[in-house]
Amino acid sequence: MKEILRFAQNDKKADDSKNIEKKQNMSRIKVELRKDQIEKIGEICQSFNNEPGELINVLHKTQGTFGYLPAEVQEVIAKNLNVPVAKVYGVVTFYSFFTMIPKGKYPVSICTGTACYVRGAEKVLDEFKKELKIQVGETSADGKFSIACLRCVGACGLAPVVMVGEKTYGRVAPEMVKDILAEYKD
Amino acid sequence: MEKIKLTIDNKQVEVAKGTTVLKAAQQLGIDIPTLCYMHLNDLNIEHKPAGCRICVVEVDGRKNLAPSCATEAAEGMVVKTHSLRVLNARKTVMELILSDHPKDCLSCAKSGKCDLQDMAVKFGIREIPNQDIAEMSTYRKDFSPSLIRDMDKCIMCRRCETMCNDFQTVGALSAINRGFYSVVAPAFEMEIEDSPCTYCGQCVAVCPTGALTEVDHTNQLISDLANPAKTVIVQTAPAVRAALGEEFGMPAGTSVTGQMVTALRELGFDYVFDTDFAADLTIMEEGTELLDRLTRHLNGDKNVKLPILTSCCPSWVNFFEQQFTDLLDVPSTARSPQQMFGAIAKTYFADKIGVKRENLVVVSIMPCLAKKYECQRDEFKVDGNPDVDYSITTREIASLIKRANLKFEQLPNSDFDAPLGESTGAGVIFGVTGGVIEAATRTAYELHTGKTLQKVDFEELRGLGGIRHATIDFDGLPIKIGIAHGLGNARKLLEDVRSGKSEFHAIEIMACPGGCIGGGGQPLHHGNSKIIQKRFEAIYKEDAGKTIRKSHENPYIIKLYEEFLGKPMSEKAHHLLHTHYVDKSKKIIYMK
Amino acid sequence: MSDFKIHLLVCGGTGCKASESARVAENLKNEIAGQGLDDFAQVITTGCFGFCEKGPIVKIIPDNTFYTQVSPADAKEIVDEHIVKGRKVERLLYLNPENNERVSDSKGMNFYKKQLRIALRNCGIIDPENIDEYIAREGYEALGKVLSTMTPEEAIAVVKASGLRGRGGAGFPTGLKWELTRQTKSDIKYVVCNADEGDPGAFMDRSILEGDPHSVIEAMAINGYCTGASEGLVYIRAEYPLAIERLKTAIRQAREYGLLGKNIFGTNFSFDITLRYGAGAFVCGEETALIHSMEGLRGEPTLKPPFPSVEGYLKKPTNVNNIETYANIPVIFNKGPEWFASIGTEKSKGTKVFALAGKVNNVGLIEVPMGITLREVIFEIGGGIKNGKKFKAVQTGGPSGGCLTEKHLDTPIDYDNLIAAGSMMGSGGMVVMDEDDCMVDVAKYFLDFTVEESCGKCNPCRIGNKRLYELLDKITKGNGVKEDVDRLINLSNVIKDTSLCMLGGSSPNPVLATIEHFRDEYEAHIIDKRCPAGVCKALMVYSIVEENCVGCTACARACPVGAITGERKQIHIIDQALCIKCGACMDRCKFNAVIVK
Repeated sequence: MKEILRFAQNDKKADDSKNIEKKQNMSRIKVELRKDQIEKIGEICQSFNNEPGELINVLHKTQGTFGYLPAEVQEVIAKNLNVPVAKVYGVVTFYSFFTMIPKGKYPVSICTGTACYVRGAEKVLDEFKKELKIQVGETSADGKFSIACLRCVGACGLAPVVMVGEKTYGRVAPEMVKDILAEYKD
Repeated sequence: MEKIKLTIDNKQVEVAKGTTVLKAAQQLGIDIPTLCYMHLNDLNIEHKPAGCRICVVEVDGRKNLAPSCATEAAEGMVVKTHSLRVLNARKTVMELILSDHPKDCLSCAKSGKCDLQDMAVKFGIREIPNQDIAEMSTYRKDFSPSLIRDMDKCIMCRRCETMCNDFQTVGALSAINRGFYSVVAPAFEMEIEDSPCTYCGQCVAVCPTGALTEVDHTNQLISDLANPAKTVIVQTAPAVRAALGEEFGMPAGTSVTGQMVTALRELGFDYVFDTDFAADLTIMEEGTELLDRLTRHLNGDKNVKLPILTSCCPSWVNFFEQQFTDLLDVPSTARSPQQMFGAIAKTYFADKIGVKRENLVVVSIMPCLAKKYECQRDEFKVDGNPDVDYSITTREIASLIKRANLKFEQLPNSDFDAPLGESTGAGVIFGVTGGVIEAATRTAYELHTGKTLQKVDFEELRGLGGIRHATIDFDGLPIKIGIAHGLGNARKLLEDVRSGKSEFHAIEIMACPGGCIGGGGQPLHHGNSKIIQKRFEAIYKEDAGKTIRKSHENPYIIKLYEEFLGKPMSEKAHHLLHTHYVDKSKKIIYMK
Repeated sequence: MSDFKIHLLVCGGTGCKASESARVAENLKNEIAGQGLDDFAQVITTGCFGFCEKGPIVKIIPDNTFYTQVSPADAKEIVDEHIVKGRKVERLLYLNPENNERVSDSKGMNFYKKQLRIALRNCGIIDPENIDEYIAREGYEALGKVLSTMTPEEAIAVVKASGLRGRGGAGFPTGLKWELTRQTKSDIKYVVCNADEGDPGAFMDRSILEGDPHSVIEAMAINGYCTGASEGLVYIRAEYPLAIERLKTAIRQAREYGLLGKNIFGTNFSFDITLRYGAGAFVCGEETALIHSMEGLRGEPTLKPPFPSVEGYLKKPTNVNNIETYANIPVIFNKGPEWFASIGTEKSKGTKVFALAGKVNNVGLIEVPMGITLREVIFEIGGGIKNGKKFKAVQTGGPSGGCLTEKHLDTPIDYDNLIAAGSMMGSGGMVVMDEDDCMVDVAKYFLDFTVEESCGKCNPCRIGNKRLYELLDKITKGNGVKEDVDRLINLSNVIKDTSLCMLGGSSPNPVLATIEHFRDEYEAHIIDKRCPAGVCKALMVYSIVEENCVGCTACARACPVGAITGERKQIHIIDQALCIKCGACMDRCKFNAVIVK
């Protein structure tokens, strides 16, 4: 009987945690795709002949169009290329270039390549995190900024290097962070 | 074939070119430990990602250690399988794996049957260095009606991924993330319940750890058995008796029907019945449906759908409800034997013994995980009360027998109870690939031709080939039959049906390798496919030993139709014994 | 190119572009047009000059004047003074830090003196978006020669004779690789260019693609002819938009000129190139992982054999070489394998491009003959250590390489010497560290990278590197115990010994190398709880120098955790148990009374 009780408790625990998970699942942002968006993804896949081997190219192009790759978009790609959506997700989560979270309007990229690191990139990164109150990979609540780390942008002469959108800032010191962000106040 | 010579642990061996170091060592009787490696020989599945690095060996002239499972033996190679360098490497890798693995072996469902645990014992692991600072990769636990995923225990051997994708082509699982947090999961780490999973349980069957296990119903069973208000009856699937003995140390292929019945009675079931009885009933319905469709087809009815597909396998039903939603009207509408049994038990039999439906608990013992899900389907409930209350696996019943201190191997034989315990040889072979269609053939032939079969053994339908086909002469009418086991093989036949290229009249499909004998709920074969072969033989031996071998000759079946159902495919039969299929393709796209 | 008297070469590499070199070029053009000098002077945007430290660079030929740190506003002066009046703009010339003299001719700059540019021969000289300029410098001559006068076997023999080894890391002989692919029988074969440069602190490949994309195209076509492939693929990092653009332009131009496509040079040989994009996975530098990535899969390596030369992309024989390897090919055919083999050391021929970075005065892209010493690279080309600090170590081979120290400064650089010294050539990253760098922290930095980039397929790499990182982290936090060093060594050796691919096979190198050369630093962290370089925050001790403290209370007010106590005009004290080592007190103190040890 004891045993039954113990197992019953386990079951209950299981049920509780299941409820929590359910909630977490619900909290995932649902993206409603419009018909024209679904068609656009279809076109992209078609431009690669719906070839499963072109998955990465398709993802690049789709992310280029939508800015990110939410679950729903991956689902449409999976259907078109006739690959399991789990496999698409497996690829998306493997490569750091692909993201399922929309980037900020002004994505801040901090180079943490070796040259930048030894010249103080870490401190610069900390300053951005402090100023924006977000972590790497996150987007600020107003959707304006996101922080990402890059591995060497190839401008080691300017280390440490920060990019905001397409604009590159060289020899950045932590004190400069406030001023850089101020440029994007609008 | 070209031969090469190599030296392993100072012993010479000659092997065919292309042989791996692991297999070459096995020829010498040298046992190299493996963890992620899996070779299901007869099924043509060889999984050797060379990821666990436990099977590494030292090869002279090579800079680093070589994974023996995936390294081809070469002429003149000198291999050391147990040098100190190798032993240190294996132990260190093992410590690494364990440093990212929960240590709750005491209450783990897999304890005692866990490859990882065995390996830890073998390597003499006594402590895990720096565990205090070691981060563990953790994931949320995922519960479904059939299986539980506890990915904290995943060691990334990825056997499940291979089974789900390469063998079953279900595609519910994939490796996701990168590096330390990589794990096998459904898309978006959604719950397995929301994925295209069919609950075939092959992932569970090959998982070396407790990461994938079945939902355990044994404790519910104990409390029901202990409840005097309940009448608890049990049905046992044909494949169970061919494998249960393995859990008690008997050799694979030992048929333990009589001892199993005794054990179940000892456990306290009020009636011990046989799913084989319901299998005979299935043949009556499905066979009749086949003949009906066939006759209409021969009469030129263009609306009739052929081939007819068997529908006994719940994982297979899930598969086509998910992935072949355009073909929902092709499979037979006959319920699976488990569900036919439940429907009859809770009507005909409940009436007979004068027990109310809600006080009758129907338990099934199945080699299968999908059956757990199947008995929860709404179609199989009356006012919320399921026809079959729950299903437990071969492994679960074995653990319960052990828990009850029954010395299984010393138990005497006994017979099933009447009336739902009587079965024919045709019912028995439901447990193996090709068996359902052979049973149907035995009946359909006689019903169609009006002649008695001289020989009931249709050897041409038997075997372990993934896709097989045969033509049976129905007295001048050639009936083309296709058989597939493994959903990947089924997909091939189904795609032909979809494109109109299929020439078959009837196709039998079972989701698991070898059919139910290789089901996800069976004793773990640990990748040894010889075990499946032995169970296969046991089933046909049991069939051959039966006095009655054709379903329509089962006296209790005849009586059931006389007393209760009328005739096959009657309205009552339709209501109780047939079902319908629904589009269950998972969609997460919300269109405006 | 020769119709003009003066050429103004403006660097269009990523580094210089980031400091507005495009506007410099624009302004120069406008000035020239405005003054009616169109027929006399021409502005050309080129690839990287290598001297990124002082970008943007404008070089004027024929006199090799090398202007550094040119701003858009300087354009007018350059045209007015240099082009019109023939007077150099002194203030923009490179200032030799050794003697404080302006250097007017780039040939006189230490940065260039010891360099020998083969792979980078056209970078900073031609307009990478103009195929004619490439052709004018013997471009596509090698392809023509190979196709019309050589059999594939003869051409492979040339590559073998040159002694060229793969520049991507492992240094496998290129000619042999081509031969193996040639020998595999198959209806379809592929040649693949690995342009997924992923080492943090390395940008050789990008500079070649940005500065001289045609050299790669030409070499791939030769490779295709030699191996029997008619399809070439370039696997390129998606993070390199400029390189991608220039490569696309170059491919288009080559097709227009019939140098790609059907029946090249009127022969039976057809060859074309398409692009595949990497998506940010360092492990895809490993050729089997790269191939899986091109197939649309997770970039996980698989066991070799089978080697790609037997079973590669889409299971067909595939030859994979990296950008720099390819960039060497055309010159080998133009100048002959003997010439190439005459450069370098016995087993490492030719030159190597390095991305020189870190604490040196002249950060940039350099190409030097094999066999040059680290001393020459760091102290002559690199101009020595920044701010007169002391040299400590140099990391070669990227995150999977090792560090070399003072005692290696005079070792000739080649594949075998670097491996013997516990490092490797890698793709050519070279990061210089000075006395202010903590070697435990450096090892931790590289392990952090490996942990992030491990594909997760095999246990030693997936879990082992994580555990290495954790041990290093523990040590830098002052919690290390003596046994940890042995544990690090054993774990490192097992990871190297058992990992599936070279990522795990080399990832512990920084740990082993730093322990070997800087064991004292590890011990300082573990036993003395002290970081000699003053990098590891947790081991710092802030204290107040009594003589300097005036009791202004500024530090106490700045302290976020209230760890500083002291009355006004009294000496203040820092409570070490509370201190979180944020350094706020030190920043605030105007009297240099707060010190850190």
